[in-house]
Amino acid sequence: MRYLPKSPEDRERMLREIGIRSVDELFAPIPAEYRLNRDLDIAPSMAESDILDWFTQRANENANGYTSFLGAGAYLHYRPVVVDALISRSEWFTAYTPYQPEVAQGTLQAIFEFQTMICELTGMEVANASMYDGSTGATEAALMAVRVTGRNGVVVARSVHPEYREVLATYAKNQSLPVKEVGFGENGRVDVSALEKAITDDTACVLVQSPNFFGTVEDVAKLAEIAHSKGALLAVAIAEAVSLGIVKPPTEADIVAMEAQSFGIAPGFGGPYAGVIATKEKFVRQMPGRLVGQTVDKQGRRGFVLTLATREQHIRRERATSNICTNQALVATMATIFMTVYGREGLKDLAKQNLAKAAYAAQQFGENATVLFEGAPRFNEFVVRTEEDPAELRERLLEQKIVGGLSLKKFYPELGNASLWCCTELTRRVAIDDAAKAVGKPPGSKRKQSDKTPAEVAR
Amino acid sequence: MSPIKKATTHVVQNEGLIFEKSSPGKKGYKLPELDVPDVDTAKLLGDAERADLGNMPEVSEIEIIRHFTRISTWNYGVDTGLYPLGSCTMKYNPRINEVVSRLEGIANAHPYQPERVSQGVMLIMQVLRKCLIEICGMDAITLQPAAGAHGELTGILMARAYQQSKGNPRKKILIPDSAHGTNPATAAIAGYQVENLKSNAAGMVDIASLQAQMNEDIAALMLTNPNTLGVFEQEIHKIAEIVHAKGGIVYMDGANMNALVGKVRPGDFGVDVMHLNLHKTFSTPHGGGGPGSGPVAVKKILEPFLPVPVIVQKPGGTLGFDYDRPQSIGRVRAFYGNFGMFVRALAYIMANGCDGLKQTTEDAVLNANYIRKKLEGVYDLPYKTPTMHEVVFSDRLQTAKGIKTGDIAKRLIDYGFHPYTVSFPLIVHGALMIEPTESESVEEMDLFIEAMKSIAEECETNPEIVLTAPHTTKVSRLDEVAAARKPVLRWKPQA
Repeated sequence: MRYLPKSPEDRERMLREIGIRSVDELFAPIPAEYRLNRDLDIAPSMAESDILDWFTQRANENANGYTSFLGAGAYLHYRPVVVDALISRSEWFTAYTPYQPEVAQGTLQAIFEFQTMICELTGMEVANASMYDGSTGATEAALMAVRVTGRNGVVVARSVHPEYREVLATYAKNQSLPVKEVGFGENGRVDVSALEKAITDDTACVLVQSPNFFGTVEDVAKLAEIAHSKGALLAVAIAEAVSLGIVKPPTEADIVAMEAQSFGIAPGFGGPYAGVIATKEKFVRQMPGRLVGQTVDKQGRRGFVLTLATREQHIRRERATSNICTNQALVATMATIFMTVYGREGLKDLAKQNLAKAAYAAQQFGENATVLFEGAPRFNEFVVRTEEDPAELRERLLEQKIVGGLSLKKFYPELGNASLWCCTELTRRVAIDDAAKAVGKPPGSKRKQSDKTPAEVAR
Repeated sequence: MSPIKKATTHVVQNEGLIFEKSSPGKKGYKLPELDVPDVDTAKLLGDAERADLGNMPEVSEIEIIRHFTRISTWNYGVDTGLYPLGSCTMKYNPRINEVVSRLEGIANAHPYQPERVSQGVMLIMQVLRKCLIEICGMDAITLQPAAGAHGELTGILMARAYQQSKGNPRKKILIPDSAHGTNPATAAIAGYQVENLKSNAAGMVDIASLQAQMNEDIAALMLTNPNTLGVFEQEIHKIAEIVHAKGGIVYMDGANMNALVGKVRPGDFGVDVMHLNLHKTFSTPHGGGGPGSGPVAVKKILEPFLPVPVIVQKPGGTLGFDYDRPQSIGRVRAFYGNFGMFVRALAYIMANGCDGLKQTTEDAVLNANYIRKKLEGVYDLPYKTPTMHEVVFSDRLQTAKGIKTGDIAKRLIDYGFHPYTVSFPLIVHGALMIEPTESESVEEMDLFIEAMKSIAEECETNPEIVLTAPHTTKVSRLDEVAAARKPVLRWKPQA
């Protein structure tokens, strides 16, 4: 086996040194009746070239080379080649968690830079070294708010990513944490009067997303005011990190739970991504996950270490702030490199291109279909309602090698034939024009005006 | 002559923080020309428009390359040499894994693209599931959890759902005192109290205590096997019997599965639910702390509770996601898990095959026993029970000179090795936990053994050099107390 650096003679010599005759003796502690006395039902060792062939075939069975309008929590942005070139250095990807700081200053400094950049972008004071993804980050933000406030209830906006809400429900159910949902108004933003009614003296946290699942930017200041007036914290989830280049950061929030996938990480059929939690300094001891801090060595030189570990499971065990151990460090490093490539001006330019493409697309789609949730700013996603069932539209577009928007029938049946479309800097105008044309022309059917207004549908 | 053979000193580049290299107007990017009309951002966003991006860096491409290259050289990786962290399984990360996970149709697959144009990625998941089920001897599996601890939570929530389906979720989880910290932390997040289970003199679960403590309040036992001493729980059949007799679930933490693959299957010795760490046993890279992947395999009785969605073969042979599972615990993560790790793990399984997987396990156990044999007596071996894939010594012989496990670990750095796991498991005072994995040659291990012997000698003859180690790294021992007392968690421009 090519990964095993031993000759048969090496093995023999080692057995002699240990003082046994056969390697089987080392497995003697396993009761004989449980030992596997056959080969695993797995094919024998394959050549590298065959492995490459097999995966290349699999790669070609997917929507390879299609134009995609999918977003909804996983975004197709350009990934500068330096990101992959750098993290392919094995000092990054074959290292362990930096528990031994003297031989891990590279990882520690990169994460310290990551934490700093996340603070700059979100307007928060501290950020952790990463969570698994946006969904678990948002969930842990809610649990953190419960610890901070000593209250036991969460109010979550229905415009938060449906799968984020599902994860929250899974965790909350087993902690006897009541979760209430509030809907959205005709402009796609959180229904403020419903929110005011939903918050009680036992609400620890209001969880919203901005830009929300429909691409609409929430009025975070207003939502914070409402939450704070009743003694609850405001947690803001951000699924599309590129929005922070042009959208005002949610500085009024108490906790920001972010998905960093947009920063140089491939959609990769859903992972690995990187979540992150950022918050105010006063809440740092209730934060989940690892934190890197700056300190000095014996000679007074700057260095970095994992710190405030008494929050964590390996020290505090069942009283830890979270059970998280392994996080998404390499992905966070990729995001750090991406943020460095674009930097102060580039993130703004990049975000502006996304904004322009989506604005153009919404306008084009509006010629042939109904664009929902007008009246509030949006970033790079928008919801379209069509005559045709989105599933049929999708099939038609696939024939043109276009992956259309996500049907919202499963998550928001009340919106009818609605689908969620995303445009990034990679979406070409010609593709937008093609898709917009196709949206308006279901073959063999005559268009008629829908009898419901978007406002009615939104309710 | 220096006793240090593996390593020598080498010029190391200094490098500041990226923010310190920034100056206005430098750029590391160029966007394509906008092919749609430009927009008035103030008009589109109004109050929601951002004014500026504060202290985000402005640097050129060559500076980015140098910055991240220079700081990377301050890290030690598996590719640098033996990385004997016990419990972490720091094995070789094959390069073909990295190549196939970056193939265009795989890396760019969107999680919501229609199933009929996702068959390739779904087949990767399906084949991996079948392989892992076979390796574990279980009936079903979810790939959704993002890491080991996340898998633990998923498994315990399934155990809870199962108990609930029998009428009562029960109150407690039994956890041996040798367990990883994630086990009790997980139990707490799943809404359970933790009850500790003492180890016996051989470092194994004490059967009498288990018998006494197991009752109808206990939802599950969380067991690591081999345990964190690297010891196989020889009475596993009795353990499972006792837990099952009272209606409990046997959960196995699969962190140490590298000792078992191809030799014995947890499903065959009474385990009901277990997680795997693809970043340990199945060679996906640790990445400086993640990403991981923590699939959870279960027996039939727990299958209805798997997280949604579950991948299924549809009539006609195509693959699809099944969301209609009324007894599911729900979702534990958005989408389907750390898919990129599935690709790597499957490539590893294919490269090894059934023959290579078994040889891998044998070599891992052989390596640990070789190190044990060579270092026993030089370092105290608190438990003489047979060793599987890792061995735990203590610093008892060295503490006489005031030297602790952490000091020996730091001195090992000067000898060109990454330290072993320090002070864990908690049941061994001053533990040195060593797991070489199968990836080490005899030559590399002999250098390590020599280094460990030489350090033991230094503890006698020159304790100061050990107590102040490391001496050859870019920074010496760092002030962790100061870091925690006055946390500096981000860079700020000097006022």
